[in-house]
Amino acid sequence: MDLHLSSAEPTVEEKAAVDAELGPPESGWQGGVRRIEQEGRVAVGGREARSRRHLLLPVLHAVQARAGWISPGALNYVCLRLDVPPAEAHGVASFYGMFALDRRPPVVAHVCDDIGCMLRGAEAVCDELQTKLGPANAACQGGQAVWQRSPCLGLCERAPAVLITGAGENPGERVLAPATADAVQASIGDAVAGRWPAESDVFSPRLSVPQAGGATLRVLRRIGEAGPPALDHYLRLGGYQALRRSLDLGPEGVLREVMESRLVGRGGAAFPVGKKWEAVSLQSDRAGARYVVCNADESEPGTFKDRIVMEGDPFAILEGMTIAALAVGAQQGYIYIRGEYPLATRRLRQAIQSARAAGWLGGNILDRGLSFDIQVRRGAGAYICGEETALFNSIEGYRGEPRNKPPFPTQAGLFGRPTVVNNVETIVNIPEIILGGGAAYAQIGSLNSTGTRLFCLSGHVVRPGVYEAPFGLTLGEMIDLAGGVAGNGRLQAVLLGGAAGAFVSPSELHMLLTFEGARSIGATLGSGVIMLFDDSVDLKQILLRIAAFFRDESCGQCVPCRVGTVRQEEALHRLAHARPLQSFADEVKTLREMGQAMRDASICGLGQTASSAIESALHRWSLFA
Amino acid sequence: MSDAPSALHPIPRGPVPEAPPAHSVRRIDVRIDGQTVSVPEGATILHAAREAGIDTPTLCYLESLAPVNVCRVCVVELEGSRALVPACSRKVEPGMIIHTDSERVRLSRRMVLEFLASSVDVSTAPEFQGYLQRYAAHPERFGASAATVAQAPKIDNELYIRDYSKCILCYKCVEACGVEAQNTFAIAVAGRGFSARIATEYEVPLPGSACVYCGNCIAVCPTGALMFKAEYDLRRDGAWDEARQNRTDTVCPYCGVGCNLTIHEQDGKIVHVSSPLDHSVTRGNLCIKGRFGWQFVEIQPAPDGQKSKKK
Ligand SMILES: Cc1cc2nc3c(=O)[nH]c(=O)nc-3n(C[C@H](O)[C@H](O)[C@H](O)COP(=O)(O)O)c2cc1C
Ligand code: SF4
Ligand code: SF4
Ligand code: SF4
Ligand code: FES
Ligand code: FES
Repeated sequence: MDLHLSSAEPTVEEKAAVDAELGPPESGWQGGVRRIEQEGRVAVGGREARSRRHLLLPVLHAVQARAGWISPGALNYVCLRLDVPPAEAHGVASFYGMFALDRRPPVVAHVCDDIGCMLRGAEAVCDELQTKLGPANAACQGGQAVWQRSPCLGLCERAPAVLITGAGENPGERVLAPATADAVQASIGDAVAGRWPAESDVFSPRLSVPQAGGATLRVLRRIGEAGPPALDHYLRLGGYQALRRSLDLGPEGVLREVMESRLVGRGGAAFPVGKKWEAVSLQSDRAGARYVVCNADESEPGTFKDRIVMEGDPFAILEGMTIAALAVGAQQGYIYIRGEYPLATRRLRQAIQSARAAGWLGGNILDRGLSFDIQVRRGAGAYICGEETALFNSIEGYRGEPRNKPPFPTQAGLFGRPTVVNNVETIVNIPEIILGGGAAYAQIGSLNSTGTRLFCLSGHVVRPGVYEAPFGLTLGEMIDLAGGVAGNGRLQAVLLGGAAGAFVSPSELHMLLTFEGARSIGATLGSGVIMLFDDSVDLKQILLRIAAFFRDESCGQCVPCRVGTVRQEEALHRLAHARPLQSFADEVKTLREMGQAMRDASICGLGQTASSAIESALHRWSLFA
Repeated sequence: MSDAPSALHPIPRGPVPEAPPAHSVRRIDVRIDGQTVSVPEGATILHAAREAGIDTPTLCYLESLAPVNVCRVCVVELEGSRALVPACSRKVEPGMIIHTDSERVRLSRRMVLEFLASSVDVSTAPEFQGYLQRYAAHPERFGASAATVAQAPKIDNELYIRDYSKCILCYKCVEACGVEAQNTFAIAVAGRGFSARIATEYEVPLPGSACVYCGNCIAVCPTGALMFKAEYDLRRDGAWDEARQNRTDTVCPYCGVGCNLTIHEQDGKIVHVSSPLDHSVTRGNLCIKGRFGWQFVEIQPAPDGQKSKKK
């Protein structure tokens, strides 16, 4: 392939940012100095450069952080370095919400206006910002900053939430949660001046994990310190004992324990973990690479449990992934974390560094012949990249479009190789299972939902935060555990499982929080979201926000979802404004038909669930009449 | 030279020789709409349905391209599967039981067609129009204010135009420009969701892009979003008339590859050039010369035999 580049040149800063990520160019073919004696008659680049395409996303991040946007000149240089055609690189960059392809002010305040924050004053913050700074998406502070609305930032327990990002010589990030317009304005000023706090967020177990320190906790038991977790501390609390035991058990033994635990995935699809691992370990081609991927993209509105585990107990994730690697014969792992999680990213990277330095990652771990290392990859603002195959494409440097299945990740996953992909919460259950034994683990919870589950309580609840409980509590008991209904105290609805989940009504509080229990009332536990709405909330507005979320986050690949999410939102707008095309009944019928087609004909779970919360509400309440 | 082939006299196109079977392939039995059909291992449900004489609508599928299964108009019901599956890419497995005309299938196909026809101008997509009728689709049901992809056509060169208000985002042109044929990668899908679109980098006009004007994207476009400028101009002037057109099969005279061409001529002018999809050499693809380099045919020697002028 001949690269055809425009004449746009990168600035010195952009070039330096790319080179800092990729190393200096090795030849004139990659934009470096042309050494005529060595390179006069050979072409360098091609296939070898292209094999580094997986560095595209990290390099785009580097350019965005330095320049505040991806300019044509910078893109040219990235393309030259990685031998990627500019149309494709542009297609990738334009897929992600955090990248700008037009010049934009360096400081951006992402103000969450998603459902969790709506319940806790997000609109008031937006209104005040409008008065103080001018309208959203318009430059303010002398062209140095801009504020924009954002989908859920995964900080719902401390709503309303704002994330400030700043590009330039001294790039940085800062989380404000709970946020006030005054604090946002002041922090924007700091960011414009290049002043950033030492850590981007304050991790507060007291605020985020109300049960912290409790004796019944398993997965959350090590969370308690506010500061950066240290390896010593983790080891003192029994960390890495499970890996030692796993090495004694060997791959078959580990697999047996995980099978016996009957652990199912916590990312939403509830697939048995043992089966998944076994499928990878049984792949006939034993020589080639296999991968373990930790899905930390956590972008389902209302979900924040994985963030808290990453911030409070990152080593447990590394240990769990290492055990998975042992079980399936992988040597390389990836953690794909959403781009809006600066503190979790930093703490994971720090943890990986200290684990590497102490020999818990790398070659020949514990002198037992196990080799495994982990890389962190940051997403860049795309909910869909949490879908496992979209996630692979994103890591590989392609657009985050889900792949068709089959083949499944266990057969052809990351880089086309057999891959285990599991959610953060799933992975931190692994050390527990190995230590206590799979059979004992299976005793916890209910028959088909074993172990404990993390629930994300938010909205009109007295003590929002992450809660851990064995499967089998009723929804009412869970709400009581979190102090009961806040707001005006009169519960109107509960959203279970996130935007892709379902609404349930106060008459259903006796439902069991198990996979079976949720299924029996046509709901899902999804990613563990339990969001409460008091009866002052206009559910129509909530449904509209959910519809807008799916419209924004559809990858656009398949017709039912690309157009269906738009038509769904349009119909809801007409209903909410009492302007149906024919009759209310007709519109509702159309909504149902659209929902059916999206569920049946979409490629991936996003389109398949884009109507589920809306339909569950239509089923339970007559909102439009 | 009297028996030399002339562009106006078709060369009879013989049957394309079939490759000998490499080794005997296992055959798989599946049930489709009550019939049992036997197809080779690796075949798709679409293939099996054709074998059973069932006509399955397709938009993003083309024999010469790897399936991208994005349009979802070909979905069928597979017993045991929660969602419908795309016939064009799903490979057959022993014992599959498939329904291609169930209530669920018809609903999804109709909705897909309504979604597309309510957002895209399908006036130059005759096959699509046929599907709309077949599934009794009513794209107008979403009202006059339904969002569309309407936009002005991009006319930035003399050879072909891009009218993305007619684009159903079937990815075929991207495939043809990329790994499936041309390996030029001038265009890609950019943006996300309803704003996803086919674009060059930063939407630069084609002359500034990597495009080499092979026109292989035009050849695969199912909706007329990509169109010869000659055809576009005639249509704009209301002069496009397929009834008055002749199609002539010939061989490209430019180079030794010897690509087969089909010349579409109206009123003595060449208005379109294609190549047979099933041709073993071209697979429907050409280069700029074979695709667009035919002006010389229209240029007649001037009476004095010295200078040429355009007819
Ligand atoms: C639109 C969409 C978004 C998803 N987002 C996430 C996510 O953020 N985190 C996650 O773990 N799984 C997510 N999933 C589920 C993954 O595809 C996959 O099932 C999961 O990572 C497997 O891990 P588990 O078996 O441990 O749950 C998402 C799925 C879809 C369809
Ligand atoms: S369902 Fe939506 S998100 Fe999933 S592949 Fe289709 S368009 Fe993309
Ligand atoms: S321009 Fe044509 S070929 Fe390309 S995606 Fe659109 S409809 Fe398909
Ligand atoms: S179309 Fe191009 S490649 Fe084919 S014969 Fe003509 S000049 Fe040669
Ligand atoms: S952080 Fe605002 S809704 Fe989750
Ligand atoms: S033809 Fe099968 S999905 Fe488009």
